[in-house]
Amino acid sequence: MALKVNRREFIKITGAGIGGAAVAGGVGKVAYGLIKGDSGDDVITRVPTFCEMCTFQCAGWAYTKNGKPWKIVGNELDEHCYGRLCTKGTSGFGIYNDPDRLKTPLIRTSERGKQVFREATWDEALTYIADKLKEIKETYGPESVAMFSHGSGGSWFKTLLKAYGTTDFVAPSYANCRGPREEAYMNTYGEAIESPERTDMKNSKCIVLIGSHIGENTHSQQVNEFAQALRNGASLIVVDPRFSIAASKAKYWLPIKPGTDLALLLAWINVIIYEELYDKDYVRRYTKGFEELKKAVKDNTPEWAYPITTISPDVIRETAREMAKHKPSTLIHPGRHNVWYGDDTQRVRAGAILNALLGSWGRKGGFFIPESAELPEWPIPAYPKPKRSFKDTEAGQKYQLANLAISAGVCAATVHGVTGEAERAFYEGWFIYGCNVLKSMPQRENTIKALQNLSLVVVIDVLPTEITGWADVVLPDTSYLERYDDIRHSQGRTPQIALRSPVFEPRYNSKPAWWIARELAYKMGLGDYFPWKDVEEYLDFKLKKIGSSLDEMKRLGVKNLERTTPLYIGKNEDYKFPTDSGKIELYSETLKNFGFDPVPVYRRHDEPEGGYYRLLYGRSASHSFARTINNPILSELDPENEVWVNPIVAIEWGLKNGQYVRLENQDGVVSNKVKVRVTERIRPDSVYMVHGFGSTAKNLRRAFGKGADDQELMTRILVDPIMGGQGMHGNFVTFRV
Amino acid sequence: MDNKIKYAMVIDTKLCVGCGACVVACKTENEVPEGRSRVWVVEEVSGVYPKLSMEIRSERCNHCTNAPCVSACPTGASHYHKSSENLVLVDSKKCTGCKACMAACPYDARFTMPEGYVTKCTFCLHRIEKGENPACMSVCPARAIHFGDLNDSNSEVSVLLKSRKFKVLQPEAGTQPNVYYLV
Amino acid sequence: MNESVFVTQKMTSSFADGWHIWGWEVSLYLFLGGLTAGILILSAMSLLKKKEELPVSSKLAILWAPIFLSLGMFFLFLDLTNKINVLRFYMTFHVTSVMSWGSWILLVIYPVSILLLLSVMQEGYPGIYKFIRKNLEPLVHGKLLKVFDLLVDFSIKKRDAIAKIAIPSGIALGIYTGILLSAFNARPLWNSAILGPLFLVSGISTGTAFVLLLSSGKERKLLLSVDSKLILTEIFILFLFFIGQITGGAQRRDAVMILFKGDILAPIFWIFVVFTGLLLPLILEWLEERGIEVPQKLQPLFVLAGGLALRIVLVEGAFILRELSTKALL
Repeated sequence: MALKVNRREFIKITGAGIGGAAVAGGVGKVAYGLIKGDSGDDVITRVPTFCEMCTFQCAGWAYTKNGKPWKIVGNELDEHCYGRLCTKGTSGFGIYNDPDRLKTPLIRTSERGKQVFREATWDEALTYIADKLKEIKETYGPESVAMFSHGSGGSWFKTLLKAYGTTDFVAPSYANCRGPREEAYMNTYGEAIESPERTDMKNSKCIVLIGSHIGENTHSQQVNEFAQALRNGASLIVVDPRFSIAASKAKYWLPIKPGTDLALLLAWINVIIYEELYDKDYVRRYTKGFEELKKAVKDNTPEWAYPITTISPDVIRETAREMAKHKPSTLIHPGRHNVWYGDDTQRVRAGAILNALLGSWGRKGGFFIPESAELPEWPIPAYPKPKRSFKDTEAGQKYQLANLAISAGVCAATVHGVTGEAERAFYEGWFIYGCNVLKSMPQRENTIKALQNLSLVVVIDVLPTEITGWADVVLPDTSYLERYDDIRHSQGRTPQIALRSPVFEPRYNSKPAWWIARELAYKMGLGDYFPWKDVEEYLDFKLKKIGSSLDEMKRLGVKNLERTTPLYIGKNEDYKFPTDSGKIELYSETLKNFGFDPVPVYRRHDEPEGGYYRLLYGRSASHSFARTINNPILSELDPENEVWVNPIVAIEWGLKNGQYVRLENQDGVVSNKVKVRVTERIRPDSVYMVHGFGSTAKNLRRAFGKGADDQELMTRILVDPIMGGQGMHGNFVTFRV
Repeated sequence: MDNKIKYAMVIDTKLCVGCGACVVACKTENEVPEGRSRVWVVEEVSGVYPKLSMEIRSERCNHCTNAPCVSACPTGASHYHKSSENLVLVDSKKCTGCKACMAACPYDARFTMPEGYVTKCTFCLHRIEKGENPACMSVCPARAIHFGDLNDSNSEVSVLLKSRKFKVLQPEAGTQPNVYYLV
Repeated sequence: MNESVFVTQKMTSSFADGWHIWGWEVSLYLFLGGLTAGILILSAMSLLKKKEELPVSSKLAILWAPIFLSLGMFFLFLDLTNKINVLRFYMTFHVTSVMSWGSWILLVIYPVSILLLLSVMQEGYPGIYKFIRKNLEPLVHGKLLKVFDLLVDFSIKKRDAIAKIAIPSGIALGIYTGILLSAFNARPLWNSAILGPLFLVSGISTGTAFVLLLSSGKERKLLLSVDSKLILTEIFILFLFFIGQITGGAQRRDAVMILFKGDILAPIFWIFVVFTGLLLPLILEWLEERGIEVPQKLQPLFVLAGGLALRIVLVEGAFILRELSTKALL
């Protein structure tokens, strides 16, 4: 049983650095830092973890009180969160406590799409998968297995599948979210933005947000730095058709007509170039193609942009000058969810070009040069070389500039097959880890068609989400609070490592991801790739290689390492960019060679016709999309989404605040009923709703049927020809009262 | 009165993004049961698109200097903490659950626990006694929440109120609230 | 358009637990308190008048005062969410707390109404009188009977004095039921000093209506005309209340609008308070005076229902208003 330690003893324990002083409340775990509770009798423990409520992985301390979940607070050392977890991270115990969790392995007994399963033992379930994988390997080759992953535990399955012989790992977050951003910056600077963003926002003197809604997006680092910049008096320019939280803080809010951001960006570039407001030394020293750029944007004057964007030329000039005034500490924020209109890579690239003109890349207040900790791998045999990969699929061939697999392309290749090999599908098996692909990808019918074509669907998840209904085998992962995962060593100002360690033993019959992957490896004869005794040995080995240890990390949670390079590009430094030319490519030869505009060009997008409104979507600060809508704490804060309607539209349709309506899109798809919010915060030509609601998973009892799913209304996808991104802002809806 | 502390919270509406982290941090720290909340977030929008303004506020008990809940309580369960001129607490051992205090509070900051007694924000007294900040303040990603003693003219909250424009909620109620909003 | 919304849920839907303040229990308590006050005042006044034609008012009605009071206190007790601490009401007195005043006023009403009852028991309820004596006799060697007899003697001897105390006590109780609400500045609907007199008059009116139910003949006639005057007074006070609210600033104006045109409460208000609670009884009395036959119990029942409805709409109305919502000023 638990050992009570008073405050003085606690200081002694931590001060002396003795780990494992006591065994904590009932779960048989070694707890570090027993703390005296408020009432003298409370036994309090804390364990380091990093968060999995979204994928930002902020580090924190999970506290228990008398052996029960209490609270999770941010780790002060952590640069992901600066010691402050967001709304969702603070609600982390909600997922541990969720009574709707998957409790035991399940094997399908009916056709796919129905939640009809029988309970199985781990041995049965894993044997089933191992046999199927063997069959697929023998018949089609191991490359026929793809994995969708969105979560830390995915890394163990990646090791497993690489050992098996495939490397086709898909993150919907590429083609359905931030892919255009990464490719735009790759094509301009030779480096991507990556996560957490390399934006030096806390030092920015001018921040430009284009459709980026920091505040509603609560990635802690971003919000922390955003607020810090504002506190220091930074000038904020927000471009958004919606009066977002950020817009309400802005010095300049540009209520742009949806779909015209690129015109505005080109007009800004035009002003900055023709008023000679750009950083001349930086442009001369580090960029290539300035003259071509100058020529290309010659006609993109503010007067040209005015009728397109509805933003007056005066405001365009004034804001351009404001940006220039603060250069190079002006940050044109690259955003995150960029897949809007299909010209997204070009639009984001226009922002990247603007950043280059202002000299903000590699400069204080613009973008810093990130570093991440190098962690050695446990020595394992070499992976087999796959004979083919996503690059050989139709989508892989079509979008050669895409650096990651495209979710929709994988779906298509699961249905249509390989170029030249049309008689059979490219993929036969899917692993889906922590990623409800029926909610995170539009055009659900394509995903379902693919799911029906597969001979093996394995879903590893914590909750019985929609996708579990399509699995052949469902494996209950533990929540992140019940397991170790690999060391976090993401990029940042400081190379940091962070530890996730379990607060509790796995609940129900769930198992940690590392255990599942390793057991499966054993069954498939791939045990050599998981040669460690247990995950603690694995982690300790890696940590010791970089001068730390599991014990130390259990005490610290986060450890800062030394940087090896400067944070910014030095003054007059002869800096070489990792592009073909070694310079920032304002004019892109690569894009030109692939048949794309070397300098972004604005082209008009479709507009809604009478009675229809553009469907815009975003996020609630209380939720990580569909991932958290069943969380007992968060579903209380924000139980359902609303459709925002401008008062003018409300009058026209006779809509009342709080009434339920259905939305019908241009293709006749009708949504679940959703509450109307009559608000001035949205333009009269658009409606807005938070993404992630409208769950159709009956077993998610808190979330089921609450609100509408914006995504089912996204039947028209505007594909980015450069990298295959799936633009989702091209859907129009009308009301069904 | 002179040597007593006047606890005040100063919340910067210009920085608050309305994320609700304060709501959850309070809920977990104080083990507030389902369906209840000591802290909540309100947004007020005024104007006509696109000429708009919005104020976002994290709200809670105002720990009024002239607290109507304390006056309304028939048993003395609602009371001021001995060391403070305005820290309003509820003694669950004296509370009958008559809810007169709830009816008296113009901010609707109070609620009943499943056990029956009335409760509300305590400014995290258990934390401030240990020299820590209230949980809502410690979690705020925008660092929009400040806390301290208004009777100390050098405290952060005093300095903020001297240097910035501020308002309180429902001043007309005459309760002399001590949660201040920088505007 | 101005809009004010909860970004994180509070008091609504899945978040409603724990935010409930007062409901039907308190409405019933206020109604029964007013009724008790009315009966007490009416009984005391008719005793002082010493008129033979008021047998029910002077000798019978008073029995119901302690009964209704106890019932009211029972409902108040029901409303307490932390019942275990109920005795705390009587372990202290808080001068600023109307609730505290009220709990002590209730305690004063008991002896006054019981003494008044004892003073008329031999005449009004000889059966009960005998029953009590018979059952007290064997207890504690007849000492309790002795005490009872002493009390009865005392109450008969001091009947007028007790009645003179009963009247202000009843008025205090009646006014208190209104002030309990109006003391809460936080609720704009209640923010009116007129609530005290309103509830007092309404209480006397319901008390009179209750006695009407029991009486007949000449007494009934007299009480009917008294009640009509009370109703007219009540209408006048209600009118003053609304004028005060409508001109008392936006919050108070918006608050009373919930009674005029709210979804749930407005129908209750117009039908049960205004129409059947005030206007219809006046019409019925007018008809009866003109010799048109109407069921005798109808008029008082409507008044009683109206009195209850008034308290329901005023209690509930104040809390319905709590939820923030969009104020569309289009």
